[in-house]
Amino acid sequence: MSQTRQAFDDAQPSDQDIAVSVRGVSKNYGAVEALKNMSLEFPRGQLTSLLGPSGCGKTTLLKIIAGLLKPDSGEIIVNGKAVSGPGPNRAFVFQDFALLPWASVLRNVAFGLELRGVPRSEREAKAEKYIRDVGLAGFERAFPHELSGGMRQRVGLARALSVDSKVLLLDEPFSAVDEQTRRKFQEDLLALVENENKTFIFVTHSIEEAVYVSDQIAILLPRPSRVSEIIRPTSFRTKGVGNIRRDPEYLDIVDEIWASLRNYVE
Amino acid sequence: MIHRSLLLKILSAAVVFGAWEIAGRIPVSYAFPTFLESMDSLLRMTLDGSIFHAYAETLKPLIVGVAISTVLGIGLGLWIGLSEKFEWLFSPIFIVMQAAPLAALIPLLVMAYGIGLTSKVFVVCIMAMPVIVLNTSSAVRNTPESLKEMGRSFLAKDRDVLLKIIIPAASPVIFSGLRLGVSAGFIGAILSELKITPTGVGDIISYSRSIADYPSMYAAIFSIILLAVLFLNLLEKIENILFEGNDRGYVTD
Repeated sequence: MSQTRQAFDDAQPSDQDIAVSVRGVSKNYGAVEALKNMSLEFPRGQLTSLLGPSGCGKTTLLKIIAGLLKPDSGEIIVNGKAVSGPGPNRAFVFQDFALLPWASVLRNVAFGLELRGVPRSEREAKAEKYIRDVGLAGFERAFPHELSGGMRQRVGLARALSVDSKVLLLDEPFSAVDEQTRRKFQEDLLALVENENKTFIFVTHSIEEAVYVSDQIAILLPRPSRVSEIIRPTSFRTKGVGNIRRDPEYLDIVDEIWASLRNYVE
Repeated sequence: MIHRSLLLKILSAAVVFGAWEIAGRIPVSYAFPTFLESMDSLLRMTLDGSIFHAYAETLKPLIVGVAISTVLGIGLGLWIGLSEKFEWLFSPIFIVMQAAPLAALIPLLVMAYGIGLTSKVFVVCIMAMPVIVLNTSSAVRNTPESLKEMGRSFLAKDRDVLLKIIIPAASPVIFSGLRLGVSAGFIGAILSELKITPTGVGDIISYSRSIADYPSMYAAIFSIILLAVLFLNLLEKIENILFEGNDRGYVTD
């Protein structure tokens, strides 16, 4: 706990506008402690990565923030209000895409709005806009199995964007797509963070990916799960997407994170 | 592709009927008529209308039984799939029902419900319902967790999760249960007519056998198989119309 607090004091500028905060959250699965008294804050309009070895509870934490899991204790504050379940202010992007196989791309993207009772013509117009935005124009009538993995995740992303939530939760969204597609996704994600005024919470197990896309990286360690460190890259974000990977600070942070994680990877 | 599969179907039918014709001409048994003789009898029964009278009788328990099994079976299956407690209560009944030797139970049914329509409907239901219930419940239980989570995270009400996610996701397996259940229902309908009281198609079968009119007997058997196949194809068409995209593979596969 003191470690956590230490990390916060070092890393958190005090005038930061906080969109989501996690306060003292614990979660057990039977005898296994998935999360223990975890506290973490997510600044508005920025992308925060949850990074850690498998079993560190990062997906559990994300699902608790989403309201899909109930914490055993502690609370989640979104825009100043405690939440107890899924809400319109958060949208989720799934690792396995979670698309309806029997529905077209258009219906899949509009599905979030459909569940909110938005009339058909309105939700389809909105879905079409976001389908264009994620670069899938022309595939509205296609079915998910006709798309590549990367395109499926674009559908998942468009669905999350179309409900216009202020907080976007991404659970290892690029882990099931190939390397080249993933790089393109990462660049697109940076543009998205830039252009949309949303708070992104991003779970990943890739150190490079976390450092590449994040404004803030929370390193989570397992057994018991805790936030060990919060890293805020400062200098390379403004230098353009093409230059990040050879920036000395980028390389240093990647090395540093690996040095602190390597003991926990079996 | 469609032409090719149609061609294959015709070819396989031709092979089966050809083998039947040859076996009938050898003949493998005095009681085994040729394909053409059987078709001739079928034509005769169609022209004099006796086959329609028979089906009017046979279809009554069949349709009532299949309808009850479908509605009740899918309903119970959904419930069992959704609720752990309900599974404990009902699942064993259907497993026992599926395993029970039905022919041995028929005398009990006749004692309880007489020799009328009720007993026959019961036989059809006992044949058709277990597989529908068990398929539906396991399909519901195996709905991909991430689809349900997706629904909840996008604020689906419980009703939406059931109607827009669980049922469509389970529909391929529900329909395959229905197909199995309906074919078992056909068996049940004929069995009840052979074992309880000879009416309808069962009457044609047992009467023609008793007077050694084997072509008519085989014609009746052939017609019931044909009807079952047509009905199963219809069911498949309905499924494809209702759940377009389900026949096109799964996204997470």
